[in-house]
Amino acid sequence: MEKRYINKEGLAKWFGSILNSGKRVYAPVRHGEKVDFHQVHSLEDVAEDYIQTTLSAKSVIFPRAEVLFSYKKDNKEVTLEDFNPDSVPETVIWKIRPCDAAGFIPLSDIFNGGYDDVVYAAHLNKTTLVSFSCAKADDFCFCTSVNGSPGATKGSDIQLTILPDGGAIAEIITDKGMALIKSADDCFESAKDEDKSKYLADVPVYFDLNTVHDKLKEAFSSDIWKQQSERCLGCGACAFVCPTCACFSIEENSKGSHGQRIRCWDSCGFSMFTQHTSGHNPRSTQSQRWRQRILHKFSYMPERINDFGCTGCGRCSRACPVDMNIREHLTSIVK
Amino acid sequence: MNKLEEKAVSLLQSGVKLILGYEKGDKGARPFFCHTPEDASKLIYDEHATTNLATYILKPELMGHDKVAVCATLRTLRAIAQLASENQIKGENLIVFTITEEGNGDVKEFSGIDEINSYLTDKELEVAQLYKELDEKLSGMSREEKWSFWVNEFSRCIKCYACRAACPLCYCTRCITDVNRPQWIDPWPSPMGNMEWQINRVMHMVGRCIGCGACTKACPVGIPIGYLSRKMLNDLSEEFGYIPGQAMKDGNSLSTFKPEDKENFIH
Amino acid sequence: MDNNESEFEPKIVAFVCNWCTYAGADLTGTSRIKYATNVKIVRFPCTGRIDFMLLLKAFANGADGIIVSGCHPNDCHYTSGNFHARRRWIAFRHLLEIIGVDVRRIRFSWVSAAEGAKWGDLVNETVANIRELGPYTEYTKVAQYVEKEDNNE
Repeated sequence: MEKRYINKEGLAKWFGSILNSGKRVYAPVRHGEKVDFHQVHSLEDVAEDYIQTTLSAKSVIFPRAEVLFSYKKDNKEVTLEDFNPDSVPETVIWKIRPCDAAGFIPLSDIFNGGYDDVVYAAHLNKTTLVSFSCAKADDFCFCTSVNGSPGATKGSDIQLTILPDGGAIAEIITDKGMALIKSADDCFESAKDEDKSKYLADVPVYFDLNTVHDKLKEAFSSDIWKQQSERCLGCGACAFVCPTCACFSIEENSKGSHGQRIRCWDSCGFSMFTQHTSGHNPRSTQSQRWRQRILHKFSYMPERINDFGCTGCGRCSRACPVDMNIREHLTSIVK
Repeated sequence: MNKLEEKAVSLLQSGVKLILGYEKGDKGARPFFCHTPEDASKLIYDEHATTNLATYILKPELMGHDKVAVCATLRTLRAIAQLASENQIKGENLIVFTITEEGNGDVKEFSGIDEINSYLTDKELEVAQLYKELDEKLSGMSREEKWSFWVNEFSRCIKCYACRAACPLCYCTRCITDVNRPQWIDPWPSPMGNMEWQINRVMHMVGRCIGCGACTKACPVGIPIGYLSRKMLNDLSEEFGYIPGQAMKDGNSLSTFKPEDKENFIH
Repeated sequence: MDNNESEFEPKIVAFVCNWCTYAGADLTGTSRIKYATNVKIVRFPCTGRIDFMLLLKAFANGADGIIVSGCHPNDCHYTSGNFHARRRWIAFRHLLEIIGVDVRRIRFSWVSAAEGAKWGDLVNETVANIRELGPYTEYTKVAQYVEKEDNNE
């Protein structure tokens, strides 16, 4: 891990060099009131003055719809075109938050844990994550309650902490990060004696994660699921905006003699998510589905992949049409 | 105790098992299921609450078989009226009341669907500021520009179906999206697939939409979905003979017809 | 008159009802009336059975123009199917106009079983009209993406 300093002009120059190198750069872009990740072609396109994007950046590595393979049938001849890992361009995701970067860790554990997901790995390997530490937070943020913080570096390849002079403390965390600054090494100076914690937002701790984990062990038959899920509408908004939610569906885009097999996002909140062909649905009520969401993230995932499925980014709560505030729900579980 | 709380407590004490209303949330009013008199103090009334409570009325797992009361805003009332005209609401177990003025206003309990309908007759359905702005923006566009605009908007859709879930009039137990023989609606988000989904939804809402805007507010990526249904509601009202915001008296627009229906585009 | 090999040949899909328009089209044939061959006819029992989604699917799959045709009002074989269809078309066409779909490419018509000549004329007019408008690439272009290249762009 290396710590450097980059001034305002250097930052612009470095960003320009990344664009010029032909890499695809995704960054937060403003669209009316919403800010979301889009491909950018200049530093001016990058949004300022917002707390968090609506959707997470996971769509760059785990697209909302992805072609796994395509086929064509010409009389008796069938041609199959498999996913080509080389077709994935070198990509940089710029200005994600520490919670977003941390979110890629459980996401990657799901896809690559015990199985070689070639498609996911291809995207992940070609992507460099540049996170910006958070100077501001809102009521929906709760990273500090789930082993995170506004300045946490886990999952990031590089982390920038913007300073009042427009420059930044640059922490180069991984080899990928080192590779990204190599061509613009002269933009960076040696580290100043700056303590980044001065520039971080204050996110209060709302609950103790270990207590949640313990309480959940006994909570399967509790009434609390019904109480908490009453207003849930069963849409997929929370799962789709979440940086760690990985559920997907495999679908056919068949046009008769040619077609594609597509992997797309799915949500455990949908009523048909666990519908069996037999007609039986083990999670037929919203309360069962809500319980699944919480237990999966805070009980099953820690046991299976040693990581919690939540980084406290608060997107689910912001996106929920009926204010199912996950932080609120977790706090009441602890009580 | 304000009048709303009083009403809730008296209902709960007289055998009603659930009051469906709003409480204060982080983003304004949010739906609240009040089961006990102690909880009644959390109830608030907000005419501008955007979640339509009528969405819950058709969920048997939530409503149960006992008496349920709904503290309805105008939006919820319109939905209830329309649902009743579609024979989806059995009146016996549902008590509907509203607050005639915001905050500490008077409680008005409705004796039945007819009273709700007559209450709505003099309440004009408003058009949201957002829709007015869109109207202006789109009226200055050429056809190609409109197409580009909507393709761009719908490209952002992530198919979370929050719009469908939030809509009180979307109550099909097996939605067209769940049908895969044939696959009418692509399950994955794509510009054309999203467009087809939204066109489909608007068509299914023709004349039935009550203009509550719950769909637009529910959309996590901020697509102005409700604009299309609302515009269709307005534009077709004269032709199909209904008043926007009031339950259809002569049956749903697309399930009925008049031999005199006029069109100028059929050869 | 162009005698250009690469002249655009419109692809038209016609959604017709069995009892009137399909029979009418049959009559066009038996009357030996020559008309454009660009139309692929899809037969329905009644126009009331035509789902508006099918029109969208036709465009998405490469149709440049669409004809929808059935029995005249009051002559429906199933009494009221075409009345329901008419209502649906009024709503659907209006929606397409708001969204910016080129509604000039959709022709709605009443063609009875006796109107063989009318069918021939209708097809010829539609084909000529679409030939002028050109291929509907504006629509098929969008239908080709699974994901618009830059993901969320």
